[in-house]
Amino acid sequence: MVPETKHLEVTLETQVESVNLAEEMCLRLAEAAGFGEDECYRIGMSVREGVINAFHYGNKEKPEKKIHLAVDLTPEKMIIHVADEGSGFFLKDVPDPLAEENLLSTSGRGIFLMRAFMDEFDVVKAQTGGAEIVMSKRLPGAGSPQANGNGTGGHGSSPRREA
Amino acid sequence: MALHLTPRDSGSITVVDASGRITLGDGSANLRKTIRQLVEESHCKIVLNLADVDYIDSSGIGELVSAYTAVRSKGGELKLLHLTKKVHDLLQITKLFTVFEVFSDEPSAIGSFR
Repeated sequence: MVPETKHLEVTLETQVESVNLAEEMCLRLAEAAGFGEDECYRIGMSVREGVINAFHYGNKEKPEKKIHLAVDLTPEKMIIHVADEGSGFFLKDVPDPLAEENLLSTSGRGIFLMRAFMDEFDVVKAQTGGAEIVMSKRLPGAGSPQANGNGTGGHGSSPRREA
Repeated sequence: MALHLTPRDSGSITVVDASGRITLGDGSANLRKTIRQLVEESHCKIVLNLADVDYIDSSGIGELVSAYTAVRSKGGELKLLHLTKKVHDLLQITKLFTVFEVFSDEPSAIGSFR
């Protein structure tokens, strides 16, 4: 029997309200999937940061562009995709917010937080040509975690996907 | 939940009681406006009471850093009071504990100003 994977996809406007909407939607899914309060917080925050990234850096706050949010719920994990319609970026080019010279920067911590809060994180090229953030969190009781892609990923690779 | 900020004077120190979320949009903008106004009015010794703030995103963190540098540029100081666990953890993993002075009781925060 093939394990069931649930898939949800939504297209969001490039506006601040989409950040709250995406967070709220994924929080509900995470709660329904059985994640505890702390993990829901981390998932919600990561979705929020992913959509902020798409809104601000990817789509440059241009209202004619869209943000594409998708969630796959497999028997093992919750996988979240956030794609923008910008020009893409490489993880290796993102400055380290923990570096002494960046500590007083007023931006640039979103990617760091997503990496810290999720089990797997990567950025790939989206079908739209922009960047697609792919991140996942193992479901409670789904077994031991796989190797974490945090900090080693780059454009063109993605977290292991379930069949 | 919107961010509410209520400044009050404690001698030469201004304590700003915050409640709600400091996030992209109104929350961050409200914090920026309040701190700028205080700085313009030469209230440059500020304690930001975050007891009722249980959520800050990267935009809110950026706004806290911006407030810190704005106050410092006028020769003042911005200190943080009563962090909730989530905010505490957030400042810890972003290494901002090495930047901000953080207090768990108000008299100590107020007494720390020179």
